[in-house]
Amino acid sequence: MRKLIYLGPLLFFIITAVYFALPILKGKDPRILPSAMIEKNIPDLNLPPLLETKPGIDKQALMGEIQLVNFFSSWCGPCRTEHDFLMRINKSEIIPIYGINYKDKQNAAKAWLLDLGDPYERIGRDIDGRTAIDWGVYGVPETYLIDKHGRIQYRHVGPLSESIFKEKISPVIKALRKQTNG
Amino acid sequence: MVKNRLFMLILAIIVSIPLNASAVEPSEILQNPQLELRARNLSQNIRCLVCQNQSIDDSNASLARDLRKIVREQLVSGASDSEIYEFLIARYGDFILLRPPVKATTYILWYGPLFIFFAGLSLSVLFLIRRKRVLPEEPLSPEEQEELSSLISGKEEG
Repeated sequence: MRKLIYLGPLLFFIITAVYFALPILKGKDPRILPSAMIEKNIPDLNLPPLLETKPGIDKQALMGEIQLVNFFSSWCGPCRTEHDFLMRINKSEIIPIYGINYKDKQNAAKAWLLDLGDPYERIGRDIDGRTAIDWGVYGVPETYLIDKHGRIQYRHVGPLSESIFKEKISPVIKALRKQTNG
Repeated sequence: MVKNRLFMLILAIIVSIPLNASAVEPSEILQNPQLELRARNLSQNIRCLVCQNQSIDDSNASLARDLRKIVREQLVSGASDSEIYEFLIARYGDFILLRPPVKATTYILWYGPLFIFFAGLSLSVLFLIRRKRVLPEEPLSPEEQEELSSLISGKEEG
């Protein structure tokens, strides 16, 4: 019975190994960071418009409704990957998307939207990237889900896709809508 | 000749001094050397979230440059070091600090190794003390004594 004590180190090793192996086996990317902004109010912002036809974005524009805020750039490859899906969201009217054009040239961004389509309700230009820093953005594209009180409920880093939207974002939207109705 | 050798020696020493590599661009450097020094020290503890194992002081990433600018702007406007850290932590979380803060959730990180060291030390000491007690020096029995002396005498004869 006393000899069981010698199994201690082995047990310790197994626990440690499992702890480190689990994220690897699950395929979790350790470079993707949790947001420090969850459950916090959206920061103050006042961004000039990208297009003449749509106004820019201030804090008031983002309040009162459940919506997505998408940071994008015409120079960003993964943004192109997700763009088609954003267009589909816009078409199906599941949730409005507000675009923040991160550190981009105005002409390049305009041409990009003309070429690929414009899925956004409004688009603001974050010319110096300061608004992105206020939101805790560390690389475009990033997408934030905001509730109707203007609190950040979810953040996705990297391109959006249908499977990510269904798995991660849709359930949160449903839960938020339930709260609102109940 | 001597002069030449001296020159080469001095040159060798200068070349072998590792320059403190940094990504800070000349246009970013503050006029006030004291503030610049504080900016450098702060930046060395702020993680570049794009490259993640580099500080913003080392990194050429554009986010790192933006954060260096913010650090310097806030220093110029009179912010304290902890105010700047708080500004960044509010946006990016504790992960932005390369040196994690000491708090309830990081006690294991900070004190775990110390705990394991002392636990190992006390276990070793306990083991050594016990071992002495387990092996008391019993005197030989008369039969053993006889066998021993016969062995010794047998050896002397041979």
